[in-house]
Amino acid sequence: MRFVDEFRDADKARALSAKITSLCEPGREYKFMEVCGGHTHTIYKHGLEDYLPENITLIHGPGCPVCVIPMGRIDDAIHIARRPGVLMTSFGDMMRVPGSGGNFFDSNAEGTNIRMVYSPLDSLKIARQNPDQQVVFMAIGFETTAPSTAMTVLRAAKDGIENFSVFCNHITIIPAIKAILDSPDLRLDGFIGPGHVSTVIGCRPYEFIAADYGKPIVVAGFEPLDILQSIYMLMLQLKEGRSEVENQYSRVVPWEGNLTALRAIAEVMELRPYFEWRGLGFISHSALRIREKYAAFDAELHYEVPGVRVADPKACQCGEVLKGVLKPWECKVFGTACTPETPIGTCMVSPEGACAAYYNFGRFTRTRVREASLS
Amino acid sequence: MCLGIPGEVIEILTDRPDLARVDVSGVKRAINIGLLEDEGVEPGDWVLIHVGFALSKIDEDEAKAAMEFLEGIGKAYDDEIAALRDSHIV
Amino acid sequence: MSAQDTAPPSEREQQVLDRIERARRRRAKVKEERITLAHGSGGKASQTLIEAIFLESFRNPLLEPLEDAAELTVSGARLALTTDSFVVSPLFFPGGNIGDLAVNGTVNDLAVSGARPLYLTAGFILEEGFPVADLTAIVDSMRTAADAAGVSIVTGDTKVVQRGKADGCYINTAGVGVLEHPGRLGIATVRPGDAILVSGPIGEHGVTVMLARGELDIEADLVSDTAPVHDLVAGLLGTVPGVRAMRDATRGGVATILNEVARAAEVAVVVDEQTIPVGTEVRGASELLGIDPLYVACEGRIVVFVDGASADEALAALRRHPLGEHAAIIGRVKADPPGLVLLNTVFGGTRICDLLVGDPLPRIC
Repeated sequence: MRFVDEFRDADKARALSAKITSLCEPGREYKFMEVCGGHTHTIYKHGLEDYLPENITLIHGPGCPVCVIPMGRIDDAIHIARRPGVLMTSFGDMMRVPGSGGNFFDSNAEGTNIRMVYSPLDSLKIARQNPDQQVVFMAIGFETTAPSTAMTVLRAAKDGIENFSVFCNHITIIPAIKAILDSPDLRLDGFIGPGHVSTVIGCRPYEFIAADYGKPIVVAGFEPLDILQSIYMLMLQLKEGRSEVENQYSRVVPWEGNLTALRAIAEVMELRPYFEWRGLGFISHSALRIREKYAAFDAELHYEVPGVRVADPKACQCGEVLKGVLKPWECKVFGTACTPETPIGTCMVSPEGACAAYYNFGRFTRTRVREASLS
Repeated sequence: MCLGIPGEVIEILTDRPDLARVDVSGVKRAINIGLLEDEGVEPGDWVLIHVGFALSKIDEDEAKAAMEFLEGIGKAYDDEIAALRDSHIV
Repeated sequence: MSAQDTAPPSEREQQVLDRIERARRRRAKVKEERITLAHGSGGKASQTLIEAIFLESFRNPLLEPLEDAAELTVSGARLALTTDSFVVSPLFFPGGNIGDLAVNGTVNDLAVSGARPLYLTAGFILEEGFPVADLTAIVDSMRTAADAAGVSIVTGDTKVVQRGKADGCYINTAGVGVLEHPGRLGIATVRPGDAILVSGPIGEHGVTVMLARGELDIEADLVSDTAPVHDLVAGLLGTVPGVRAMRDATRGGVATILNEVARAAEVAVVVDEQTIPVGTEVRGASELLGIDPLYVACEGRIVVFVDGASADEALAALRRHPLGEHAAIIGRVKADPPGLVLLNTVFGGTRICDLLVGDPLPRIC
């Protein structure tokens, strides 16, 4: 596969790994946070940590839009799905996120009709094919996905589709990064910056991280070589005493972002004054809702949702894992009460969550496994 | 959720110029290219696909530069290993 | 401060991992009050359901091995007995229909148990309003498939339910075969040093069916790999010593089988991503949708565990048969760490390949 396979080459990985190691100051610990859930997934899926020296630790950040949806919002979605005549559409990874009474699969077992779709546009197709149903799209994601939801609303408006609306849970990445930077218990040396969010917002929004907080940030692609190269670029910045925004993913990410996409978001959506992030609490101006102009497509207006705030279970330490303070295996309930089969908190729910990634891919002692794989 | 995959544009749909058929390793799907209307998209271009939308055009020059950097590192590494192997410390 | 808190991180991590392993081995219990789609996917939820509900109630020595077929001795004759139900949607897809699956699926379960398939039953649950022409097409396919596999359909049943149930047509087939292979086959016999083979490219059936549903608007030149493997198996068993176990890779894909073996035999199953045959289009569709072909159903592929010394012979035997043209050796069994499936990635790293809870692709078989 072009633009994929070349970036998975093991020989180049070894070379990069050697270069990274050569930049390490003996006795110094380095901590880099990858913000994006997709990066967490790649790191574990390809066994990337095998290529890093002992003194570099990767901290897994909160950039998993599925993970940070509060339970109350899932309950609200199920509440909408229970209304007569409602056909809810949702991305696949959302189907297993538990609300206080179960997830979308559980809800379907009780009679709702929540269907998986690949694209928000598929919801429009379903709306056309089912004129007697009210199709509600459960919209989630960062600025990567918001333009697609916005374009779908614009097309629905253009085509005069009346049985379609959006339950909008889009969130924005910068406030989350700022919350991490302002968190007192965290010491980070740099960031592996979000890849696909940056195709929309560009690289400029990260400048405050380098300028005001003095931390280097490298916008990274999603193949294993992309991440290794980004770590190399971060180490080089630290060695040379720089703190800048760099773009490793330049083949895909334009420095200025995608203006058409940003315009689409601005046309259809506006910032909420505040929004709750599971594990991180309330963050101001961190989420989007549908504008009044497109109220006809706002499911929150059509269906009065309870909007009850549901606290995370007491045992849950997701907040600390999301901020990188705790490693997944350091959480008291990791692997016992909280497993992919019976997830308690957000980090275990999505395959990109730090705990799920570690449980599914990384849960073994490196030395024993090295022996097994090499012999 | 961050899932974006590169695909090659095969054709623009004549009745719907905001849609294009793309090929991802032999598998084909129509996607919306409306977010790239300023840049313009034509058959043969490679785009990044996310939930049925093209978010960005893949810049082949940048991709080539990225590969060359990686190859350079690879070559330097191979050279070093070769040098290490061939050197003798008596 | 306990001794645990002062231990170095790697030791503390190991303590947590050990605690998790103990938790995983605890007695299975179904926590949900209602059945969900995950219970039918072949992954963790399915296993829990089988162990906690069915095995709990029906427990007997013949059921406990939980292999693809039960081994029975009746008046001195060694027989294999198996059953499978088919609820695939859509009923017709490129490469076949529910009828092909219904015959081949049961034939294959018998074949991988080392039996020569002989007789099948066929039970139909039909929806009111289902077109007779479709039923005829399905039954004709079953006839053709049965002939190809050398089996006869000797008894059956038909029920009709109201419009809105049975999604057109559900089929159950049971099969009986005679166990001619002298050795003992079974996943618990797998041991360190064994080699693991797969008979061909994976994931074709699951992806074909998913695309055939039409909801994803993806076109590909993909065809289901549904096929009877009894001949392929006979060629292997007849010529290669040291075959420990075979499984046909259906729901849950190859990864599920690897996990079942690792657990039952208490071994480590180590596979090399590079060697696993995956077709370009299956790969493309999987990347597009974010699913892993290792977990996607096949309907005509077998996974073979064989004595390491016979690995090359086994590969040659599989490749001699048209269905095994692209067979490959994909890994080895090790002693440690027991119960885990490890994948050496193309990239050179290592990771675990665990059972999924549910299935990314519901209603595939």
